[in-house]
Amino acid sequence: MGAQLRVYKRRIRSVTATKKITKAMEMIAASRVVKAMRKVSASTPYAQELTRAVTAVGSGSDVKHPLTTEAENPSRAAVLLLTSDRGLAGAFNANAIKAAEQLTARLEADGREIDVYVVGRRGLAHYNFRERTVAESWTGFTDEPSYADAKTVAGPLIEALEKDTEDGGVDELHIVYTEFVSMMTQTAVGSRLLPLRLDEVAKEEQPKDEVLPLYDFEPSAEDVLDALLPRYVESRIYNALLQSAASKHAATRRAMKSATDNAGELINTLSRLANAARQAEITQEISEIVGGASALADANAGSDN
Amino acid sequence: MAAELHVELVAADRQVWSGEATLVVARTTSGDIGVMPGHQPLLGVLESGPVTIRTSEGETVVAAVHGGFISFADNKLSLLAETAELADEIDAKRIEQELQRAKAEGDVHAARRAEVRLRTVTAS
Repeated sequence: MGAQLRVYKRRIRSVTATKKITKAMEMIAASRVVKAMRKVSASTPYAQELTRAVTAVGSGSDVKHPLTTEAENPSRAAVLLLTSDRGLAGAFNANAIKAAEQLTARLEADGREIDVYVVGRRGLAHYNFRERTVAESWTGFTDEPSYADAKTVAGPLIEALEKDTEDGGVDELHIVYTEFVSMMTQTAVGSRLLPLRLDEVAKEEQPKDEVLPLYDFEPSAEDVLDALLPRYVESRIYNALLQSAASKHAATRRAMKSATDNAGELINTLSRLANAARQAEITQEISEIVGGASALADANAGSDN
Repeated sequence: MAAELHVELVAADRQVWSGEATLVVARTTSGDIGVMPGHQPLLGVLESGPVTIRTSEGETVVAAVHGGFISFADNKLSLLAETAELADEIDAKRIEQELQRAKAEGDVHAARRAEVRLRTVTAS
């Protein structure tokens, strides 16, 4: 076998191995998307009931709570950025980080100091590499977040919001995550989570003018709201974590699919080149034989004379 | 036929139980409360504790509920809990071990959760 042909054969072998790996990763990601989507839908009843309850308290009483009152001059805001722990997901993390940067820039233009909270190793690495301070970060659960994880994330955030701004507290909480629109579309979105606008929650919940009953609060409206709002925030963060996980797996699946396709294409091109090289080798051998034979025949003809 | 109310028992990550019932007893921060069909609209904060549901078939469903809310309106009762387990999902032996360990480590919350689970098992 000629040297050229041997090189092509070796490259084909290596690309085939890569293709097998990316194919396997694609399959794994596909099954994980389904799992993550199932978790999203499993958490909807709780989120729905919670939203209903928040709406009920919000409209049934005029209680003031730190999580629902807007600061007059918001001077500090927290931005929670949800990324993934692992890459190989195309532009997934880059998009989320970009959205966070845009939101941060906008808030800073409004004269707010920003505290950044990050979930996921990728986002953390981005901030660490640029030597920017991160208020707090959490890693290790982005593939399959549980409700307990959402609680650990929400805890310090709620605490920071309840603190006074002078003591390092924040006035607002914004969250940036990747919304799972469909298998093919995931968009990074930034939205304000706190302070909560109760009327907006109510609008989301009931587009049809359903009248809420007048609730009897046990033990009191304040206590119920006190207990309810942190849970509501946790459930929103949980939902964002789940959507982000589903989006990450969908992005991985897509990235791995195009990697597999590219590998297939590369194998095609390489085997064509290898075929051409082999054919060239054969042609050369034949022409050598023919050339040799005719030279021999010429020589014989010469000696006969 | 006795009047019925529709019960949804949901945990943060799944729906635990749903069906028709005639009586639901739960523990709020201000004491046990029993809800029967036609109760006035109610929204309360739950304590860690067992929740007892008497179904329309006359059976009793008991669940351990940790932190959450009870809300009742229009004959629809929702029990929201961060974690909720039905009595038959609980492995009493394992919980007893957990209780021992929690007590040994002085983890009050874990011990309380384990106790509630144990009581749920014995109540059903």
